[in-house]
Amino acid sequence: MTNVALVALACGLIIGLGAIGACIGIGIMGGKYIEASARQPELMNTLQTKMFLLAGLIDAAFLIGVGIAMMFAFANPFVG
Amino acid sequence: MATELAPEAANHAAEQAPTASEYIVHHLTHLSTTHQTKIIDFSILNMDTLFWSITLGAITCFVMWLAARRATSGVPGRFQAMVEMLVEMVEDQSKAIVHGNRTFIAPLALTVFVWVILMNAMDFLPVDMFHPLFNLLGLHLDHHRAVPTADLNGTLGMSVGVLALMLYYNIKIKGVGGFIHELFCAPFGAHPLLWIPNFALNLIEFVAKTVSLGMRLFGNMYAGELIFLLIALLGSTATWWGFGMHVIAGTVWSIFHILIVVLQAFIFMMLTLVYIGQAHEGH
Repeated sequence: MTNVALVALACGLIIGLGAIGACIGIGIMGGKYIEASARQPELMNTLQTKMFLLAGLIDAAFLIGVGIAMMFAFANPFVG
Repeated sequence: MATELAPEAANHAAEQAPTASEYIVHHLTHLSTTHQTKIIDFSILNMDTLFWSITLGAITCFVMWLAARRATSGVPGRFQAMVEMLVEMVEDQSKAIVHGNRTFIAPLALTVFVWVILMNAMDFLPVDMFHPLFNLLGLHLDHHRAVPTADLNGTLGMSVGVLALMLYYNIKIKGVGGFIHELFCAPFGAHPLLWIPNFALNLIEFVAKTVSLGMRLFGNMYAGELIFLLIALLGSTATWWGFGMHVIAGTVWSIFHILIVVLQAFIFMMLTLVYIGQAHEGH
């Protein structure tokens, strides 16, 4: 395979695997948040702040991956 | 398609309009003093990042100053109510996280929050708006990037500032001796054999905090900017399909990006508070 093809595959893997991780993480956390706020609705506001904070933290690793993959796709340092 | 044209025609077309790759690379090149060849080179200044971050920082301070000066104890207007809500939110968070004197830390968190929101929000301006605008003003710039937080130098600069504050508060709260004692005796224990592992772990912790704080904000904004550029490429196909997709995709991504912009600013502020709060607590 050529370098270009390998880099294209790598971009797909970076985005795809990152998306799997981020989605599972967000899904588990969202489910737990709903569960917790059903049990104790008075905690909803405090939990919501923390949930958004954590959602951003989980999301960040994935979006950094997307950024790097996009950079490989358009401003590629590996393909002459 | 350029590949189907004869070589001369393809060359001609390349002179006329940049290819997708050239367009992206052009938009991702900074207006810097010289061309960067090494990975780390402190002699280069990215003028666009500097200009926009300093301008937006000045706007942040001015707006906050205006709100404080105009504040009344009567019924607040919309502007005052908004600023009051912001101040109250940041104050609540800092009260919960930092235990100690907050006369500097809480205003710092507020400034960082508003400043990062403004810098991130530069992403909402159309990517191809600046070039014609500068031409209109008589400025002929080769390259220009509007989002200061989509520049790794900008975000790492901010996180190094947070690192300096962490070290300052560690020394201020615990004293020089206390801080050095903590560096060598936490987290495993004070046994002389453990001094080196303790110190290595603490060093890694400080570096990891600083790098991840800067990289997180940079990665999110860089990815967002790139996706806006890709959406702009759809419109440049100059077909109805491309135009329609440009409008739809641009709208959807802009709306989603509002969440990311505010969320990342909030996370940057919260982590700044958490890191400074950790400096206030001994092991």
